[in-house]
Amino acid sequence: MDELDRAIVNQLQGGFPLCARPFAAAAAGLGTDEDGLIARLRALLADGTLSRFGPLYDAERLGGAFSLCALRVPAKDFERVAGLVNAHPEVAHNYEREHAFNMWFVLATRARGDIPRVLAAIEAETGLAVFEFPREAEYFIDLRFAA
Amino acid sequence: MTTAQEALDERLVRATQGGLPLVSEPYAAVAATLGVSEAQVIGRLDAMLADRRLRRIGVVPNHYALGYKANGMSVWDVDDSAVDDLGTQVGALAFVSHCYRRPRRLPDWPYNLFAMVHARTREEVEAKLGEIRRRLGPALRAADVLYSTRILKKTGLRLR
Repeated sequence: MDELDRAIVNQLQGGFPLCARPFAAAAAGLGTDEDGLIARLRALLADGTLSRFGPLYDAERLGGAFSLCALRVPAKDFERVAGLVNAHPEVAHNYEREHAFNMWFVLATRARGDIPRVLAAIEAETGLAVFEFPREAEYFIDLRFAA
Repeated sequence: MTTAQEALDERLVRATQGGLPLVSEPYAAVAATLGVSEAQVIGRLDAMLADRRLRRIGVVPNHYALGYKANGMSVWDVDDSAVDDLGTQVGALAFVSHCYRRPRRLPDWPYNLFAMVHARTREEVEAKLGEIRRRLGPALRAADVLYSTRILKKTGLRLR
């Protein structure tokens, strides 16, 4: 990663121009040109430095319901339970964490009313109590990283 | 908002949530696939930025690839009367990527404030937790941190 890559990662996490030739417009401030910027973005996406380039939508404001949930899974059952949980298409992501509450997943459904149905199914399939932690207030959300 | 506009917005989200095409005129390219004008695409993206359905347009770094391998979900039991004010202060710290108030689940789970902290190492995370702890002061009753050890599933929050 050279200085130009670093500048792209650090300066282009927002504010990509809304105009006919946005790469040309953004390139000017980065010390490159349109073709150079497009080539760098292609390379940074290909090598996995970037996971995506484009609009970052707020899924909740677009409509839909989300809820953070946790399970306390006995170690011997962990892989089996992970399979049961992940099989639900409403499970958007799922993380293993070091804690008695060792499985944390986010449910994403079209409507809030769909969440209890999915939770009940997971409880029935796994035999475990699901702890739901719906968001009550959002103080901040921004995922920006310095390269 | 008109229904036609809502329908266009939904099509635009579906067409672009995976990324913008890496071509000289990306909005024109998106417009062509949707059968609308470039000006409409730019106008709707601008409108969604204004009403915050669209957070931003740009690069989304893979934080693991950038070396941010320590991901700590810090959780805090903060006095209810102070949690909104303190949550706002914690959320304003540069290294906190998400900060939420969530319900306690007593007696199993006493924590009501969640703050996600990413860093290159666990030592760095711990130093940042010290900063949060100082910020919370006497309103803090208990705390814990849950490090992620594995991504079991990640499909992202997308319209399906």
